[in-house]
Amino acid sequence: MAPLSSYLALAAIVFCLGLFGTITRRNTVGILLGIELMLNAVNINLVAFSRFHATEAGMVFTLFAICITVAEVALGLAIVILLFRMRRTASADHIDWLKG
Amino acid sequence: MIAFWAFAVILVGAGAAVVLGKNLFHSVLFLALALVATAGIFLTLDAEFIAAVQVLLYTGGVVTVVVFAIVVTERLVGERLSHTNRRIFTGGLIAAALAVLLVRAISRAQLATTWPAVEGDLTRRLGTSLLTQFTLPFELLGVLLLVGMLGASYFARPEE
Repeated sequence: MAPLSSYLALAAIVFCLGLFGTITRRNTVGILLGIELMLNAVNINLVAFSRFHATEAGMVFTLFAICITVAEVALGLAIVILLFRMRRTASADHIDWLKG
Repeated sequence: MIAFWAFAVILVGAGAAVVLGKNLFHSVLFLALALVATAGIFLTLDAEFIAAVQVLLYTGGVVTVVVFAIVVTERLVGERLSHTNRRIFTGGLIAAALAVLLVRAISRAQLATTWPAVEGDLTRRLGTSLLTQFTLPFELLGVLLLVGMLGASYFARPEE
């Protein structure tokens, strides 16, 4: 078996990839994909700690995290579709109505 | 051990393709690959149930919804589907700094290298604790999914 530190390092790298995507993407759907990667990395940590402590609590939290992610994606994409209807674009740079 | 490293390489490669690719549709497909590789990582951790949930709910549900959103907001053929990155230097600096910080902290920590044997079936214990210790959050999760579903259909309702 691989040591716990390998799982944590893998999750850290995937999290940072997702962070990079979230910061740099122009398209709102692309930003959401980056957020998906970050949430996914956290789940790896939870399951790894759960197994290395031989308890099921981490897996319960992973189930909750997955369900909340699904709700978040459904709402996020509904907002993207709504913004596209109002502005005919999915680019985050053009969604600047809150500028003072 | 070999399975872990194979899935890890696939996961990091697919993750890099998600955030660096020029085609939005390809990014979504690489995200599906990354999520399946994560399910494989869960399998190496003896979490078969979580791996199944990951493939069914995450890869099946999320990727379908994202593809649907792309079809609605972009044309599937033509140049509209390309998406680009901006502020690559700043973003790369922040992400790389955080990665170095985290990996250094992990490598210095005293962490377990072997896992203890599990008493009984972990999936059975997961189901039992979902309906005993974690009943309230479990029920609240159902309410959250209902509210999320209603909100999403309200936002995406047809224009009057």
